[in-house]
Amino acid sequence: MRVIALRNATKRFPGAGGRAHTAVRDLTFDVAAGEFVAVVGPTGCGKSTTLSLVSGLEPPSAGEVEVDGKPVRGIPDGVGYMFQTDAVLPWRSVVDNVAAGPRYRGLAKADARAKAMVWVERVGLARFAGYYPHQLSGGMRKRVALAQTLVNEPRIMLMDEPFSALDVQTRQLMQDELLRLWQGTGAAVVFVTHDLEEAIALADRVVVMTAGPATVKAIFDVPLARPRDVEEIRMTSEFIATYREIWHSLRAEVARARREAVDAG
Amino acid sequence: MQAELTVAPDVAREPATRPARRRTRLWSVRCVLIVVWLGSWELAATHWIDPFFYSKPSAIAGRLADWFTTGTAFGSVWTQLLVTLEEAVLGFAAGAVAGVVLGILLGRARFAAEVAAPFIKAANAVPRIVLASLFIIWFGLGLTSKVATAVVLVFFAVFFNAFQGAREVDRNLVDNARILGASRAQVLTSIVVPSATSWIFASLHAAFGFALIGAVVGEYAGADKGLGLLISNAQGTFDAAGIYAGMIIITVVALLAEWLLTLLENRLLRWRPPVQAETQI
Ligand SMILES: Nc1ncnc2c1ncn2[C@@H]1O[C@H](COP(=O)(O)OP(=O)(O)O)[C@@H](O)[C@H]1O
Ligand SMILES: [Mg+2]
Repeated sequence: MRVIALRNATKRFPGAGGRAHTAVRDLTFDVAAGEFVAVVGPTGCGKSTTLSLVSGLEPPSAGEVEVDGKPVRGIPDGVGYMFQTDAVLPWRSVVDNVAAGPRYRGLAKADARAKAMVWVERVGLARFAGYYPHQLSGGMRKRVALAQTLVNEPRIMLMDEPFSALDVQTRQLMQDELLRLWQGTGAAVVFVTHDLEEAIALADRVVVMTAGPATVKAIFDVPLARPRDVEEIRMTSEFIATYREIWHSLRAEVARARREAVDAG
Repeated sequence: MQAELTVAPDVAREPATRPARRRTRLWSVRCVLIVVWLGSWELAATHWIDPFFYSKPSAIAGRLADWFTTGTAFGSVWTQLLVTLEEAVLGFAAGAVAGVVLGILLGRARFAAEVAAPFIKAANAVPRIVLASLFIIWFGLGLTSKVATAVVLVFFAVFFNAFQGAREVDRNLVDNARILGASRAQVLTSIVVPSATSWIFASLHAAFGFALIGAVVGEYAGADKGLGLLISNAQGTFDAAGIYAGMIIITVVALLAEWLLTLLENRLLRWRPPVQAETQI
């Protein structure tokens, strides 16, 4: 069962000097229900743009984006989105941040809080439920964002480099936690990252993007069993073989993006 | 997990007496400054300059004592104070509400804001103090004309900040709220208004001062009660001490209002990280 389908989706932004700047072009790939897909590509190639097309926050300039078999017009039902930059509300406590979704969706305050509290506990923040975001570390704020997304029980989760700003130990902890929480939900995940190790450790399939304007270069299956332990799995020979195979494809794009950045700068 | 909690920066723990001693020193220096200033004024007015024009601290204190014990030429000073306060508070409330509502709505409606921009700029360029005279003609000598003057002064101060605050809302927060299921109205109340609150409070501090100015100028332009009337009467009788006394009362009221607003602000903006100790003016 396909939940996301991109068909030659292209996105152009008004660029400098009135000329259109193409962020992504001719994107074509599918995501099945319950599948964990990682999208990798060099920085600035158009990964965030791809997610904004699926989320309905931006309409495609050409081509078609479908969720649940219907063309995306506005934000589709059942979509959760963890943004690249922090989007927790600084004026709300942890539990009230997590309760935001249920409140918007019409739940009474007490019910929304009770529901939120369950997720606050699941992400390990029970003791900090009453804290404001500025009193939390970066890793804890990501947990809040994760709980805020999961409390709505999305069938599709879009995650934009959610852990890239964290230190290595915290990042691995969060990756493990994400897999643990996701396993129960049956949600499809599109996980954007520029870290190939992270992509392989988490995903069922890895989509490699070309340097900007991005299009799909290749798609790889990750032949690793679940449940996974992200620290252990990095040492296995299957992981290393998969890494080598995908890196071979990705390396050229990273090199090209770097050359273009040098030329432009 | 515990290690992830950021604790308040442990500012190299100083002995507890240090801040207290610092405070005492701060206040003693301030007191010395006041004594030197008032003392030299008193001395100068006694020996060199003409107290008829410049008055002197003892005369001003005498006038204040006079007003609060035997009353003014127009009755109890408390009546005058209450009248001015009523005008200022009403003008402040009406102007602030109108400024916040219009500022936020226009801040979120790009097209309407573009349409309105030149009109608002023009209205802001009008010397609004002059409107006080017009309002006397329109609304008469009573409360309404003073409130109207206060409203126009307060409105613009608050409007521009609310507008800017609503504009500068983090796109990310709005997108996140929409994904979480917020309607347009919910985005406005749960994201835009709280985001703009710090901006709005920044303007409210100045705005109450404007409301007082509006009320006093309105009274000055024509009234039968109020602090502005006391001041304009003092001017008419060449009573410099009376003008100073009126100024002092208004200043004290403005400082009290500022203190109340700060209390309210600290309550509403509890979620903000504590600001580093710095001099706030
Ligand atoms: N809202 C926008 N307006 C104009 N250009 C944009 C916008 N969003 C992204 N872009 C451009 O599109 C390209 C891809 O950006 P993005 O999708 O954020 O890349 P990535 O997430 O892979 O780092 C960049 O060149 C960026 O400047
Ligand atoms: Mg990005």
